Amino acid sequence: MKHQRFTSIHQSLSFSRRMVVFGGAQAAVGAALVGRLGWLAVAENEKYQLMSENNRVQLIVVPPRRGWLVDRNGKPIAINRSDFRVDIIPQQLENPEQTLKTLSQLLHLDSDEMDRILKDLKQGHGFQPVQVAESVPYEDYAAITVRLPELPGVQATRGFSRYYPAGPAVAHLVGYVGTPSPKDYEKSKDPLLLTPGFKIGKQGLEKTLEPYLRGTPGGQRIEITAGGKLVKELDPKPDRSGQTVQLTIDSGLQEYAARRMGDQSGALVAMDVESGDILAFVSMPAYDPNSFSRGIGRTEWKMLSEDDHIPLLNKVAQGLYPSGSTIKPAMALAFLKQGVDPKRRVYCPGGYQIGNRYFRCDDAHGSMDMHSAIERSCNTYFWATGLITDPEPTTEMVKYLGYGEEFDLPIPTQRYGTMPSPDWLEKKYHRKWQGYDSANTSIGQGYVLVNPLQLAVMPARLGSGKLLQPRLLMGKPRKPIPALDVDPRHLEFVRAAMASVVNDRGTAVASKLPLDGILMAGKTGTAQVFRLVERGVKNSNWALRDHALFIAFAPADKPRYAIGCIIEHGGFGASAAAPVVRDSMTYLFDQKKAWEALAPLEEQWGGTLAERNNRQIARFKAAAKANAA
Amino acid sequence: MISSAILPQPLARLPWRLLFLIGSIATIGLLTLYSAAGASLTPWALKQAAIFGVFLTVAIGMSWIRESTIKQVSFPLYAAVLLMLVLVELLGFVGKGAQRWLDIGPIRLQPSEFMKPAIVLVLARFYDLLPPADIRRWRAIWPAALLLGVPVLLILVQPDMGTAIMVALIGIAVMFIAGLPWWLFAGGVAAVAVAAPVAYSLMHEYQRERVLIFLNPENDPLGAGYHITQSKIAIGSGGLFGKGYLQGSQSHLDYLPEGHTDFVFSTMVEEWGFAGGLVLMIAFALVIRWGMRVSTRAKTRFGQLTAAGLTAAIFFYVSINLMMVMGLAPVVGVPLPLVSYGGSAVMTVMLCIGLLMSIERQQRTSTGLSTLRIPA
Repeated sequence: MKHQRFTSIHQSLSFSRRMVVFGGAQAAVGAALVGRLGWLAVAENEKYQLMSENNRVQLIVVPPRRGWLVDRNGKPIAINRSDFRVDIIPQQLENPEQTLKTLSQLLHLDSDEMDRILKDLKQGHGFQPVQVAESVPYEDYAAITVRLPELPGVQATRGFSRYYPAGPAVAHLVGYVGTPSPKDYEKSKDPLLLTPGFKIGKQGLEKTLEPYLRGTPGGQRIEITAGGKLVKELDPKPDRSGQTVQLTIDSGLQEYAARRMGDQSGALVAMDVESGDILAFVSMPAYDPNSFSRGIGRTEWKMLSEDDHIPLLNKVAQGLYPSGSTIKPAMALAFLKQGVDPKRRVYCPGGYQIGNRYFRCDDAHGSMDMHSAIERSCNTYFWATGLITDPEPTTEMVKYLGYGEEFDLPIPTQRYGTMPSPDWLEKKYHRKWQGYDSANTSIGQGYVLVNPLQLAVMPARLGSGKLLQPRLLMGKPRKPIPALDVDPRHLEFVRAAMASVVNDRGTAVASKLPLDGILMAGKTGTAQVFRLVERGVKNSNWALRDHALFIAFAPADKPRYAIGCIIEHGGFGASAAAPVVRDSMTYLFDQKKAWEALAPLEEQWGGTLAERNNRQIARFKAAAKANAA
Repeated sequence: MISSAILPQPLARLPWRLLFLIGSIATIGLLTLYSAAGASLTPWALKQAAIFGVFLTVAIGMSWIRESTIKQVSFPLYAAVLLMLVLVELLGFVGKGAQRWLDIGPIRLQPSEFMKPAIVLVLARFYDLLPPADIRRWRAIWPAALLLGVPVLLILVQPDMGTAIMVALIGIAVMFIAGLPWWLFAGGVAAVAVAAPVAYSLMHEYQRERVLIFLNPENDPLGAGYHITQSKIAIGSGGLFGKGYLQGSQSHLDYLPEGHTDFVFSTMVEEWGFAGGLVLMIAFALVIRWGMRVSTRAKTRFGQLTAAGLTAAIFFYVSINLMMVMGLAPVVGVPLPLVSYGGSAVMTVMLCIGLLMSIERQQRTSTGLSTLRIPA
C-alpha cells in the first residue's frame, strides 16, 4: 500500500463509511431481535402458553377410589371402607411446633412418626397436604375436630381404606395394598404416588391388576405462585374411580376351604372343569391383609415372620412339593398310550429291586393290574411298568396334563416346579436317564416338583378330557378349549380307577362324598420330605413328616369340579388332604351339609378362623409386652 | 422542533421529539413496574418516576453545557472515575458477593456506571487530539487500548461481567468509528474466539454456570436455567397482543424472577404481546437513530465521536438486555435502560442523553459559524 498522507478529508470520509457500517450493524441486530421476539411470541406461542398454564395451575390431587374386587357372583372380596384421617396443609400452618406437639398428644404419635411428619413438611410444597395419621379411631378424630380452631393448617377428613371382608382367607389371592415406596415414585414420577393416603397394590392381584384398579385422580385446580401461595381456586377436576374387577373365585368356597384347613399349613385350588375358572385359591395359614392395608404393626409382623407354617408365603403359586402318587393316573394314561395292557399283572411282594437298590412299597399288595394299582396306590406296579416303557413319551404325557407347567395367570410370581425327562436330565445334570429315574418319577418322587395350581389342573384335565387352562379373571375372553390328545377309552379307564380310589377299596374310601348319587374320583399322594429308614408318616417332629396330597374331581361320571390340595407335613394323603377336599367338594354341591361338617371341627379347634386369628394376635401382643417389661 | 411563539425561547429549543420518545419509554416502564408490583405504585413505580424525573432534569440541564467544557473535563473526569474504581477495589463495600459500590454519605455510587460515558469522552478526546495522519500508526492504538483496558480489567475483577463487556464494547465502537484499521477488528474477533476458552477457565463458578445454562437452558429448568426458561415462557406466552394489562401470570405469580429489573421486558411482553414489544423496540431504535444523526451532523471530530460513542452505549444497553431475556445471550445482569427498576441505568442513559442533547444544541446554535469554519 502506498503511504499517502491521511488528511482530515480522508478522516471525514472514513468516519462516514464507518458510521454506515455501524448503523447497518445496529439495524441487523435490531432486526434479529424483532425476529426473535416474533419467533417466541407468535410462532412458538402455543408451546409457551401451555408451559405458562402448567406453571400457573396446580392440582391438589384427590386420589381416586380404588376399584373393587368381586367374586364370580358379584360378592365383594376387596372394597373400600371410609375412615378418618388427619393431614396438615403446610402453608396454613401457623405455629408448627405447638401444633405438632398437640397432635402427637391427641393422636398418640410416637417419635418415629413425628420425625416422618417433620421430614415430609420440609420436603413438601406449601399447598400439598402432608399426612399426620390415617385410620384414626373415631374418638381421636372427634378430639381433633373440636380443637381445629386452635390448630390452623390441620385438616381432619374422611378418607378411604381398603377392606377385605374375608380377611386371611383371601390374603394370598388378593395380596394387599400399601403406601408407595420412594422406589415406586422414582419409576413413574407420578405425583399421585406422593398424595397422602394413596395406596398401591403391593402383592397378589392388587399388584398385578393395579392398572385397572387405580383409576384417574381428580382434584382441586388452584392458581398458585412460584412460592406455593394459593391465589385462587379454579373449577375442580373430577376423579374417576378404578374399575371393578370380577374374579372367577367363588368367595363362599374360598372362605369355606380356608376355614376347613384349620390350623394346618397347606394350599387348595378348586377349578370349574367346564371353563377352567379357578373357584378357590387358598393358601393357609395366612396373614390378615387388612392389617397390611392399615400399615402392619411391628408385633404382628414379627409374629407372622416367625411362624413355622410360613403364613407370608403364597403356597399356591410359590410352594413346590413332590407330587407323590398323585402322578399315578397320568402315568397310567402314558402307559396305556404306549400299549401296555391294563390287564397285565405285576406281583407286589412289598418292594422292588432295581439294580443294587431295593425300593420299598407301602404294603405287600400281591398281584396287581393297572386299575387296582391306581386304586391301592401300589408303587411296585408303577416301578415295574415304568421300567418297561419309554421314559420320554411317559414324562411328556405327565407334563401335557399339567405338572411342571407355567400358567398364564395374573399372579406376581409363579414357581412352576419340574417335570423331569431324559432330555431335561441331560441338559441340567449331564447324565443319562437311569432305571431308578424311571422308578422315582413313576411315583412322583425324585426330581418331580409341582405347585398346588398344577394339582388342580391335573384332575381338571383328566376329568374333562380337555386341555383346560386355569383362569382368574371373569372378564378375560373365553377361548375354545381343545380336547386332550388322548384315546377317550384310556381316559375312561383312568377315571374309573380314580373313582375306585374313593369309592371301592382304594386309599381314600374314608373320604366318600356324603351326597346321594354324586361320587368323587381322586388320587391320594404322600410326598417324602425327609429321607428316613422308616417313612415319616407318624414322625413326631412335624417339620419332618411327609406332605399329604389329594387330587379329585366330581361327579365321577360327569365331572364338573376339580380340586387339588396339599397339606404340608400332613402324613398320608388319605388322612389329611382327602377329608379337606371331600368337604370342600361337598360345599360345591350342598353348602348346608358342608357347614354341618365344619361346625364340630371348628369347635374342636377353638373357634372360627377369624376368632382364632384374633386370639393369636392378642396372645402374641401380650407376649411381646411381657418380654418388653 | 417546535418553533412556536407561545413557548419561550429556551424551551422551544429543546429536542422535543427525543424527549417525547424518552418519556414514552419511561412511561411504558412505569406502567410495567406498576403491574409487576401487583397493580401498585409502591414499591417501584413511584420511586422510579421520581428517579426518572430527577435525571431528566439533570439531562436537560446538561444540554446547556458547552462542547468545549466537555472537552476540557474529559481527561479529569476519566481519571476521577478510574480512581473511584480503584477505591472500590480497596475499600469496596461487599454486597451480592461482589464489590461494586462506594458509599458516600447517603448516596451509593457505582463508578463502573460512570465509566460508560467517561470512556466515550476520553477516547473521543484522544482521537480528537491525534493528528489525522497518525490514525494508522501504532500510536493510535496502544494509548486507547490502555485507556480502555485498565477500567475494563478493574470492572471485571469486581466481578461485574455485564458492565465490563459493555464498557469494552463501547470503547471498541468509538475506536472503530475513529477509523482504526479494519484488520484490528477482524483480528480482535479472531482473538476472542481463541481467548474464549481461556476466559472461561478464569470465570467464577456462577458465571460459568450461566454460560453453560445459556447454551442449554432446558438442561436445568429448575436450577440456574430457571431465569432464561421462565423469561422465554413469559415472552412466548404473550402472543401477538399479550395477555392483557395486569394479567401476566408469569410475573404476577412470581415465576419470572427479577421481573421488575433485568427481566422487565418479559413482564411487559407477557401483558402486551409482540405488538407491545415491537413498539418499545421501535422507540429505542428511534432514540438510537436520533443519536446517530447527532453524530453525523456534528461539525467537530470530538462531537462526532462522542455522539457516536454515547449512542453506542445506549444501543449496547438495550440490545444486550433484549438478547439476554430472549435467550440469545447469557444472563449477565444488564438492565433495560429507562424501563427496568433501579437508578444506575437511568442515570447512565440520561447522562448520555444529556451529553447528546448538548452536542445537538451546539450544532443548531453554531450553524453559521461552523459553515464558515469548515469550507470543505
